[in-house]
Amino acid sequence: MKKIILIGLIAPLALPALETAAGTAEEKGLAIAKEFDRRDTGFGDYRADMVMTLRNKKGDESMRHLRIRIKEVKGDGDKSMSVFDRPRDIKGTAMLTWSHALKPDDQWLYLPSLKRVKRIASRNKSGPFMGSEFAYEDLASQEVEKYTYKYLRDGTLDGQDCFVIERVPAYEYSGYKREEVWFDKKEYRPLKIVYYDRKGALLKTETFSGYHQYLGRYWRADRIEMVNHQTGKSTTLDWKDYRFRNGLTDRDFDKNTLKRAH
Amino acid sequence: MWARALWNPSGGCAAIVVALLTGCMSAQGSEWSGYAAVEGRHFFEDAADPRQHGDNLSFSFEPEYVHEWQDGRQVLTFVPFARLDGHDSARTHFDIRELTWEKAAQTWELRLGIRKLFWGVTESRHLVDIINQTDLVEDPDGEDKLGQPMINLALIREWGTMDLYLMPWFRERTFPGVEGRLRPALPVAVDEARYESGARDHHLDWAVRWSRSAGVWDMGLSYFDGTARAPRLLPEQVGGEVRLVPYYDQLQQVGLDIQATLDAWLWKLEAVSRHDSAGRSSAFTGGFEYTFYGVVGDGDLGVLMEYSFDDRGDAFAVMDNDVFVGARFTLNDAQSSELLAGVIMDMGGDGRLVNIEASRRLGDAWKLSLEARFFVAIPDAKPLTGLRHDDYLQIELARYF
Repeated sequence: MKKIILIGLIAPLALPALETAAGTAEEKGLAIAKEFDRRDTGFGDYRADMVMTLRNKKGDESMRHLRIRIKEVKGDGDKSMSVFDRPRDIKGTAMLTWSHALKPDDQWLYLPSLKRVKRIASRNKSGPFMGSEFAYEDLASQEVEKYTYKYLRDGTLDGQDCFVIERVPAYEYSGYKREEVWFDKKEYRPLKIVYYDRKGALLKTETFSGYHQYLGRYWRADRIEMVNHQTGKSTTLDWKDYRFRNGLTDRDFDKNTLKRAH
Repeated sequence: MWARALWNPSGGCAAIVVALLTGCMSAQGSEWSGYAAVEGRHFFEDAADPRQHGDNLSFSFEPEYVHEWQDGRQVLTFVPFARLDGHDSARTHFDIRELTWEKAAQTWELRLGIRKLFWGVTESRHLVDIINQTDLVEDPDGEDKLGQPMINLALIREWGTMDLYLMPWFRERTFPGVEGRLRPALPVAVDEARYESGARDHHLDWAVRWSRSAGVWDMGLSYFDGTARAPRLLPEQVGGEVRLVPYYDQLQQVGLDIQATLDAWLWKLEAVSRHDSAGRSSAFTGGFEYTFYGVVGDGDLGVLMEYSFDDRGDAFAVMDNDVFVGARFTLNDAQSSELLAGVIMDMGGDGRLVNIEASRRLGDAWKLSLEARFFVAIPDAKPLTGLRHDDYLQIELARYF
């Protein structure tokens, strides 16, 4: 409680300071990233259901249904558990991830038909998540130290004033050379991320829509769309039923719980 | 033969359970799912024994019922399995794969009932995995398992997880029948099975396993004391011909499994030391899997190599001094297409076992799987001798619901 009041006091002071920051573009970019991080810190944990719609160039669609649990970890990447409900042949398949900012995540996959938990090599955060246009690194928690930043310009997106910053992944095996992130100035929510591949060519555009605020503070988008400009394929994530602060502990993110996933 | 499968005690038990479960089907957090599949096998050669069949068609059905409550901290699972086989009456069978109640608390989990579980890390051989009996009629690779009745208490602490198992009822290994393919050269007389223990299949088996993840390491250390899952096969006169009689030893086994996950490398080791009526023996399997990312589009290529040793020699162990080399190709596409190809080579002889497995989802609810196995230059009087003429190609189409 005390902490929330304190943040409430600081926020009005921090914001104007940022608007008039006279530092370098790098300093301003970092300040924006830190402010985004500060505003999203302290959510504790949340659960949500997600439907992932994969679309190929011809417009054929296939869907995946997942249940997701995420727990915030102070000073490190978050822990997450994803359980598949559909397609039915992978029902009960579950993935446990202890994400880290600059080193490979710890990741275990549970295969229900074999009852087997496999620790998987997770160096390749740029690999596609379940055949989608989202790479593992796109879905991972956004820690400040994962990138170096540079403020580029101000812009307007759907009538909302935005900061446009560039961020360069610090992770050695990232699939991207750089990313362009559009944060709205009012709430510091990412509205759009443009990804450039390791050669610097335009690769993907991610757009966020249907933002709702939870616990009077944390913004989450209902819909995230990723379009791959090089392949013409796209993936839409439709999120629903966000539930925050379920009292999840590390025990909800261990191998025993992974095996109990259904 | 179908009726006979349903007449056995576990079949009757299943009927009661279905009746019980349908009662709470409408309850929140309950769901049926599962699959039905048709499988065709083509054998490239005539069988060694004229009584054995040729090409075969087979149907299987595995529904799954899950009921969760207390936010998933209590789970009831029921998974029956049935197969109807075109030619082999021993392969036509019914089993309860799972009928389990689980309760999870902060520092422990209790799991009660018929269960399937897996221990281990390696791909070409599963040495430490000893709890469940192999359902060998399903597939000669031994990956299919029968449900094992047990009480399992897991203690979950800072130092890892300690699993304690009590298993009051032993399941005998299934073998293809006289007319079935992929069996030893002599048919197995499963009805004549003998035991070292006077308690036969009611010997109280127990096991304990400590497991833990720490940094790049995942490890397990286990001890098992009870009825050996793999029987010795003794040639004897049964009903006017020589058949193999399964003999189940009492076995004490220490098992160790370790995996180190380093970058794109997985380093794996399984080792066992066992003691039975034939004395003490030991075996290990160790090797690696390395993944090349994005070799074709989004596709990943994993390269696997494992070495297996068993000091009982090749008269008893299929993999006594063998190298496995394989490749796993994962397309990472919308259809989850996968291909695994490998060969196990006997370093002390000529025998080779070639294995190809591929699968792909069709639409939303169908899955097509392909499996091909070739038994090359298998010498006489070895465990795999009976499979010499059984090279096959299998296609399975499954509908999931």
